[in-house]
Amino acid sequence: MILELKGIYKEYQQGKMKVPVLKDVNFSMEEGEYVAIMGPSGSGKTTLMNIIGCLDQATEGSFILDGKDIRSCSENEMSDIRLHKIGFVFQSFHLLPRQSALSNVEMPLHYAKVPRKLRRERALKALDRVGLSDRVDFRPNQLSGGQMQRVAIARAIVNSPKLLLADEPTGALDSKSGAQVMDLFKRLNEEGVTVLMITHDPEIASHAKRVVTIRDGILREKEVKE
Amino acid sequence: MIENIRLSFQGIWSHKMRSFLTMLGIIIGIASIIAIVSTIKGTSEQIKEDLIGAGNNTVNINLYDGDNPYDVEFGMSSGNPPLISDEQKDAVLELDHVENATFYHSRSYTSTVYYQNTAFQGGTVYGIDMNYLDTCGYTVQLGRGFVQEDYDEFKKVALVDNNAADNLFSGENPVGKTIEIGSEPFVVVGVVRQSEDYLPNIDDISQFYDYFQTMMGCIMIPSESWPIAFSFDEPENAIIKADSTDNMSSAGNAAAEVLKEGIVNTSNTNFEYKADDVMERVRNLQRLSESTNQQLIWIASISLLVGGIGVMNIMLVSVTERTREIGLKKAIGARKKTIMGQFLTEAAVLTSIGGIIGVACGIGLSRVVAKVAGSPTAISIPAILISVLFSMLIGLIFGLLPSYKAANLNPIDALRSE
Repeated sequence: MILELKGIYKEYQQGKMKVPVLKDVNFSMEEGEYVAIMGPSGSGKTTLMNIIGCLDQATEGSFILDGKDIRSCSENEMSDIRLHKIGFVFQSFHLLPRQSALSNVEMPLHYAKVPRKLRRERALKALDRVGLSDRVDFRPNQLSGGQMQRVAIARAIVNSPKLLLADEPTGALDSKSGAQVMDLFKRLNEEGVTVLMITHDPEIASHAKRVVTIRDGILREKEVKE
Repeated sequence: MIENIRLSFQGIWSHKMRSFLTMLGIIIGIASIIAIVSTIKGTSEQIKEDLIGAGNNTVNINLYDGDNPYDVEFGMSSGNPPLISDEQKDAVLELDHVENATFYHSRSYTSTVYYQNTAFQGGTVYGIDMNYLDTCGYTVQLGRGFVQEDYDEFKKVALVDNNAADNLFSGENPVGKTIEIGSEPFVVVGVVRQSEDYLPNIDDISQFYDYFQTMMGCIMIPSESWPIAFSFDEPENAIIKADSTDNMSSAGNAAAEVLKEGIVNTSNTNFEYKADDVMERVRNLQRLSESTNQQLIWIASISLLVGGIGVMNIMLVSVTERTREIGLKKAIGARKKTIMGQFLTEAAVLTSIGGIIGVACGIGLSRVVAKVAGSPTAISIPAILISVLFSMLIGLIFGLLPSYKAANLNPIDALRSE
């Protein structure tokens, strides 16, 4: 089991009121799975993703990621887990505008203190995996939306993470490049990458092998595809 | 680290105008400090040169009776004046940093020197050894100097300097003429002149009188012949030449110590040899000029403070602008420390560049000051290094708050911000 959430409860302080966002969420994933979490906005799916992505701590419950108890982790330990075990793909790409595609992809390797030569080698390989070997020296503003998202995916997989987390990966893309990105996720999953995707779009969610829905902070399994 | 510096340059370059304006405070501060320090240093060197004369390095060591220089004419009654033995003379010459030394008798208030009917009033008569002309920078202009034979055979020969030649001989060639010193005839064998390096600097009236006497000129006779004209066992003074300007004080004092050992067998306990400490006077004047300028440095430092606040301000803006970038970096695994390091590096690089430009401007400014005000300037390498390091430090100090702010951004909020 790569991740296991048990009885996750999360509340936010809003003024004097405590607003519960996640109520007793139980969720687990096996290695190599491709899961979509689907839900409307305000359902708590982003909060769940932040907790799974080790950006946020749950108020209550237990969370084991790759055999490690995340609830007891310090801030620096969480940074290291994000660096080595999780790859993020965001709706709005979040590429550094003044850096080339290559140095954008190299960035996590830099934090992981990978030596310069190896860094370049691995970044080029990651760009090759997303089919952008010919755009290595392009800046984000010279790339299309689909290409930018593929650079972001290359950045997410360059450190060989245990889990690829994608938050509305096609939200800012037209349907054609959206489809390309979905193909890429499928291929990466076939190559052994565990993918967890969050979306509000049932069509996009249908690419996943397993879909769970979240509504008002409560998680339900929807179906298991063959 | 190298990556951080590269990123910093990129960031600074992409906001050229803003970065330059931010640096301006640092540039102005550093430039004025460099200019001030250069001027101080220049003035100091000038004082030193003015007072001691470049390449001269001679120190007078005179016999004192209490607080006043011992004078043979007035002092015969106050106990036996000490004499300097040959062993002491050798010991002085052997001292470290002493290049040359000469020992001489002198009389200032002589009324017993004549050429025909002209009295040599107000001039000085010296009884000199073989080293004197060389040590004191005299060159022979006419005739010859003294030779060993003059000393060995107690010859009654004399040298006159160019002033004495003018005053006593009024245009005639003095060489070969006979003058009367203490009722004894001495034959003038040469005319000597002191080089311009040895011209004195006049600070007060007593120095003016000294100078006035040298204006009247001097007559020199071999020290061996001194008792013929005056009396036996008269005390001597010394002049040493140090090997460098910086060693003048120590060499002079060391020589005075050696000579003091000869003060024995006298009823007068006030006798003492003292070296003229020219360097001490130089240092006093330098201290004075430096302390006034020190205050200027403090004022210039205020502009550095203002510059630093400017840097802090712009770094805060930069952190706000780059909230999303910071959020992303934290999300993909950058630790707090890493983010902090990146912003601190950027601030330090920014102010260091400012510092370097400031140094360049400061050197230019001091050149302009040198031209316009005519005061000399000297560029100080340590001041330049300290300035650049100090401006880097300003970046680190004033970058601390913005970097701390950046490092502590919550990645979730930072990613969501527009």
